[in-house]
Amino acid sequence: MTQPVLSVRNLTVEFPTRRGILTAVQDITFDIMPGEVLGVVGESGAGKSMTGAAIIGLIDPPGRIAKGEIWLGDQRIDNLAPDRMRKIRGRRIGMIFQDPLTSLNPLYRISRQLIETIRTHLPLSQADARKRAIKLLDDVGIPDAARRIDDYPHQFSGGMRQRVVIALALCADPEVVIADEPTTALDVSVQAQIIDVMKEICAERGAAIMLVTHDMGVIAETADRVAVMYAGRLAEIGPVASVIKNAKHPYSQGLMGAIPKLGENLDRLVHIPGSMPRLNAIPQGCAFNPRCPQVFDKCRTHRPAASEIEPGRRAACWLYPEVTEA
Amino acid sequence: MLAFIIRRLAQSVLVMLFVALIAFIVFRYVGDPIASMVGVETRLEDQEIMRARLGLNDPVIWQFLRFVGNALQGEFGISYRLQQPVTELILSRLPATLELAFASATIALVFGLTLGVFTALKPRSFLTGLVMAVSLIGVSLPTFLIGIGLIYIFAVELGWFPSFGRGQTVDLGWWRTGLMTESGLRSLVLPAITLSLFQLTLIMRLVRAEMLEVLRTEYIRFARARGLSQRAIHFGHALKNTLVPVLTITGLQLGSVIAFAIVTETVFQWPGVGSLFIVSVQVVDVPVMAAYLMFIALVFVLINLIVDILYYVVDPRLRVDGGGGGK
Amino acid sequence: MTMTNPTPGNPAPAAKPIVPPKPQGRLKAALDSDIFYSWRRSPVTIVATVVALALILMAILAPWIAPHNPFDPASLNLMDGFTPPMTENQFTGNSYALGTDNQGRDMLSSIMYGSRISLFVGAMATAFAITLGVSLGLVAGYNGGMIDGIIMRIADIQLSFPGILIALLIFGIARGVIPANQQESMAIWVLIIAIGLSNWAQFARTVRGATMVERQKDYVSAARIMGVHPFLILLRHVLPNVLGPVLVIGTIGLALAIIEEATLSFLGVGVPPTQPSLGTLIRIGQQFLFSGEWWILLFPALTLILLALSVNLLGDWLRDALNPKLR
Repeated sequence: MTQPVLSVRNLTVEFPTRRGILTAVQDITFDIMPGEVLGVVGESGAGKSMTGAAIIGLIDPPGRIAKGEIWLGDQRIDNLAPDRMRKIRGRRIGMIFQDPLTSLNPLYRISRQLIETIRTHLPLSQADARKRAIKLLDDVGIPDAARRIDDYPHQFSGGMRQRVVIALALCADPEVVIADEPTTALDVSVQAQIIDVMKEICAERGAAIMLVTHDMGVIAETADRVAVMYAGRLAEIGPVASVIKNAKHPYSQGLMGAIPKLGENLDRLVHIPGSMPRLNAIPQGCAFNPRCPQVFDKCRTHRPAASEIEPGRRAACWLYPEVTEA
Repeated sequence: MLAFIIRRLAQSVLVMLFVALIAFIVFRYVGDPIASMVGVETRLEDQEIMRARLGLNDPVIWQFLRFVGNALQGEFGISYRLQQPVTELILSRLPATLELAFASATIALVFGLTLGVFTALKPRSFLTGLVMAVSLIGVSLPTFLIGIGLIYIFAVELGWFPSFGRGQTVDLGWWRTGLMTESGLRSLVLPAITLSLFQLTLIMRLVRAEMLEVLRTEYIRFARARGLSQRAIHFGHALKNTLVPVLTITGLQLGSVIAFAIVTETVFQWPGVGSLFIVSVQVVDVPVMAAYLMFIALVFVLINLIVDILYYVVDPRLRVDGGGGGK
Repeated sequence: MTMTNPTPGNPAPAAKPIVPPKPQGRLKAALDSDIFYSWRRSPVTIVATVVALALILMAILAPWIAPHNPFDPASLNLMDGFTPPMTENQFTGNSYALGTDNQGRDMLSSIMYGSRISLFVGAMATAFAITLGVSLGLVAGYNGGMIDGIIMRIADIQLSFPGILIALLIFGIARGVIPANQQESMAIWVLIIAIGLSNWAQFARTVRGATMVERQKDYVSAARIMGVHPFLILLRHVLPNVLGPVLVIGTIGLALAIIEEATLSFLGVGVPPTQPSLGTLIRIGQQFLFSGEWWILLFPALTLILLALSVNLLGDWLRDALNPKLR
């Protein structure tokens, strides 16, 4: 078996507040293989974006990684000095943010933003960097790239801007790209195109993708494996097809029911009653227990760890005898 | 670009007309112009004749237009108090005020910007806490008290700088400058610092707040996520984005330096336009008040115009789409 | 349990059920406790509160607690003039805690009465500015269009001109318009109106913004359908929304108004000399700075600084407490 390109071990992210410490991400473990697309799904506030921010080392203070390790290949990166981490960001891990309208500096031509990024990481001359930038824009599907490169961000449409953002994230051929809700802010009509462009360009370059989204439909079409997060914890992880067909965790079962299928009547959508607890009110035991249709006593007192219940599949639910306590 | 400037110019003219209207109302209706000009013993018939000759019986619109016309030619009448043409009075005192204002504006801008950027980039540094605390005290200190304090320390106790006046001046044509003699420059130090402090704190706080705001934006996060260096992020990206919104208020602040000079000039007995104005207010010398109002308005309108044009140059979003294509 | 609460004796609540949005009352209570918490956490703010309250109490109670009445000529003894603090007068043997001025007035009493006038003018001017600003902001935001345009342009002009200049102008005009024999009795009110008129625009801007947001909401159209005048509904909904910002701007505005009053009085165009405010006292004291009678200047100046600084600090803290994003 090949070595994972990115490996997250027992990651815990905490925010100290005056009323106590909030745990935004708790004890999360997963791997991403080279070239793989890992979908990370969950409601807003489930800790998906925080996991991404932790990996790239951009958690806003006072948040901090309280426990766990993050490995990029065979280099541990969660405890790197800021200066060395900076050399990894953009170079080996790329990141795509949610809103292309606000991700680009409005005052600079995109040529400047691209060339600046390229030359930060690669020893290229101004002219070579510009050539590379044009090639990148071309690759992400911006027509007439050689001319458009000297435009300002506001001269592009939302979808085009997100393509520019993708180009920027891929400037230095990173091994992993973290895409944080890359299509949420976009028009529905261009969402699929953007996902396709992103997937294609990463596949060409052999970059793995960690695709953070709350849209199960996108995951179903794009990802190889999916990780389901709930209240800062990993509920379930496994290959997309098998998770969708046969979700193990009651929360993911509800979630999978929420993917509309063609020809299905809307009022048959499965609905999970209640809403995700806030970080300051996560119940004891399994975080999902107040909403779980199959809850029993143990769920209210003991926290399940995401444990392997089938080859390649892990879930954190006491319904399965293989599951251990966290 | 041209259309933009023309539109702005038109707006400026409107503002000037509005201010001219106020100045005219002040000029025409505050006190009785005739009573201020003649002695009590002048006969009523003679006053009527004067009234007619000065056009004070004409329709108000007509009088206003005449006022504007005169103003355009730099004609604001005769000072009641000094019996000299107002324009001459103001022009003779203008260099003193402008030199003071320019020196203060430079101090305020340079230190305000530097300190604002520093305190935003190093929010947890001890120095930042100190600067912020001092700046809060600075905002709470009335300008005249700062002036008095500086005079007491540096003029009375230490004797480093003169406590009042402009020192020796040199005439360059009609411009009487204090910048070319040592005593002139020494005289400038205390008033310039006094006048600059308030604007300095304002500019600093503004720059700091705006920069902190910018540092939280997504494009700065994205720039970090791309691994750009701190330097490139702070001074390449954040600074420029900070300066755009700061530009307007800073410009206006620099304009108000001239108006604030009223207080400083009084404290330091600086022979500028401001001290002329304050005496005019005290004795209700209406023509000087009206002219000063127009002068300040002109300064503000000009600064506004320059700021708008700068904006246009700095922020591509305001420019008409020249790059072609796109939405 | 995810939330680890460090305070002993307060075990984290077990399995708190998923909380629906809290009802209004509890949210308010939580907000209040947050504000109280940040107040307790900031020693500077506590000190500022105590100082401000002490000064305000001193001002209000001046007629009852001041050792002398500085307005009562009968109680003055010119022989007592220039008595340094805490020393016996060489002629009369009287001694005063803060000394006396040139006319033998007890400085402590003068300062108490002076603060009273300064605070009165500042508070009234701020109240006037709030009333004017909030009303104009509501009208502008509710009506939009031309009315909004006109009001906000005037606000822009007002904001870009320094308050002191506007106040001076209004003062000058009032001097020309009000008959000479009434000038003294009206001076304080002229001052209040002048300062108020130079500070209303901030309030108008804030309220206008909030009103425009609320105007879009459904309940306003609902009210219209139900035949209630939407303006009344808006009033009820907008006012609570802008309470916070108005409070912050108002507090800082109070400090500004106090400073502005002191500056005007210092320039000799403020309150009449028969009712000296802190600014007037400083103006008088400045004449004796060079001759060594420092206490005539120092104590009023310190009082003014403490007053302005403590109010400013309160405003600053309030802004941070109500706007946690900026912390």
